[in-house]
Amino acid sequence: MPPPLVRPFGPDALLVEVADAVAALDLAGFVRDAGLDAVEVVPAAETVLLDGVADREAVAAVLARWRPGERDHDGTVVEVPTTYDGADLDDVAERWGTDRDGVVERHAALTFVSAFCGFAPGFAYLAGLPDELAVPRLATPRTRVPAGSVALAGTWCGVYPTSSPGGWRLLGHTRATLWDQARPTPALLPPGTRVRFVPA
Amino acid sequence: MTAADGAWEVLAAPGLVTLQDAGRVGLAHLGVPRAGPLDAPAAALARRLVGGRDDDAVLEVTLAGVTLRAGRARWVAVTGAPCAVQVDGRAVAHGAAVRVPRGAVLTLGPVDAGVRSYLAVGGGWDVAPVLGSRSTDTLAWVGPPRVGPGTLLPVGRDDAAPVALDVVGRARRGPLRVVPGPRVDRFAPGTWERLCATAYVVGDAADRVGLRLLGEPLERVDERELASEGTVLGAVQVPPDGRPVVLLADHPVTGGYPVVAVVRRDDLAVCAQLRPGDAVRFTVS
Repeated sequence: MPPPLVRPFGPDALLVEVADAVAALDLAGFVRDAGLDAVEVVPAAETVLLDGVADREAVAAVLARWRPGERDHDGTVVEVPTTYDGADLDDVAERWGTDRDGVVERHAALTFVSAFCGFAPGFAYLAGLPDELAVPRLATPRTRVPAGSVALAGTWCGVYPTSSPGGWRLLGHTRATLWDQARPTPALLPPGTRVRFVPA
Repeated sequence: MTAADGAWEVLAAPGLVTLQDAGRVGLAHLGVPRAGPLDAPAAALARRLVGGRDDDAVLEVTLAGVTLRAGRARWVAVTGAPCAVQVDGRAVAHGAAVRVPRGAVLTLGPVDAGVRSYLAVGGGWDVAPVLGSRSTDTLAWVGPPRVGPGTLLPVGRDDAAPVALDVVGRARRGPLRVVPGPRVDRFAPGTWERLCATAYVVGDAADRVGLRLLGEPLERVDERELASEGTVLGAVQVPPDGRPVVLLADHPVTGGYPVVAVVRRDDLAVCAQLRPGDAVRFTVS
């Protein structure tokens, strides 16, 4: 397998391109376990950013040892109790060719994995929705989406940690606290966490 | 906590005033910006002048000044954007250690030039750290709350002897030095040269998140949506309108706009002091 493409990102960062978010998560975990000297390791949709890298040659050596898919992803499972009462539930049901109960059944049957965080502290991009269930973002984002909203965009699922503007389609809401800066582990769903939604 | 415990009380803060230390590192993968002072050399100088440590928190004071009553006698130093500094109405030095007696009122006036002044106190501003840092991030408001009238700021115990002499470095002038970013290939041929040849002006929406620039738009040739990717301090992002944004300390940790260039770390202090309407140029590092 050819080594992943590495793009220099300014004087002390590297951007590594990978196939998808699951590969990015895999590589980020590998790089951390390898003890690579980087200040930040940031997985994203198709890349891993290594920021604050002192020794670029060490990075090349670590990347050469990486084999995607060899790592164990049986991380902690977090269950998110969810009330399926979102404003876009009927819309999603129509797109999926089912009814409200059918949406709940399909969504709650999936096991997602938190691939990366972004947009806001503790906002996890959850991978695991099959391609055929992908839904487009709203053409016009809502000016306010309440905290705890469980939502879909493309093949991503996410839960809004705080109320904010947003263009994702709303399935329901949870009372779980997604982000609390006073907790030792502030994010409920850090990258690598497996997630199931449980109808409340 | 009351003022009787020795905390300093903020009497007035007409503009944005925040606590900043070395920043919050290692949490970008959770979506947490790094924060930290925008003009890091000025903040470091203020800390050194009062004999402080590298990770002591300072106040970053934006444009309009701040007024505090000293709950305990301390050395202070004001650096960064020049402004009138007074203790009980008497003018004192900017860029030097000054003794403030208990109960005295310290005033930083509006800035005469630049944008951000820094106020360090002997022992540091001893607020409780949040996720390992006393910096306030203004994007998501991670960290201690914004400083405003009535805020009580505890001061640390060590009131070291101030440094008698320090070099007040002159802020670098001239163009911002850049290296090519990871997505230069998303732009029309010659864009890199265009970036370095264009006279930009700082837009109105300049804050701790980014320095938004006005000028001839850069042309993106690859209009496919870029999947969100991690980004770095000093990255020059180009949104669909073609006008570059230099990402500063409170920038989002991921972004979907292609990065055409990265500003050298040493030149970000220049960005910290630019005002809307100021001219900006880029040059190859």
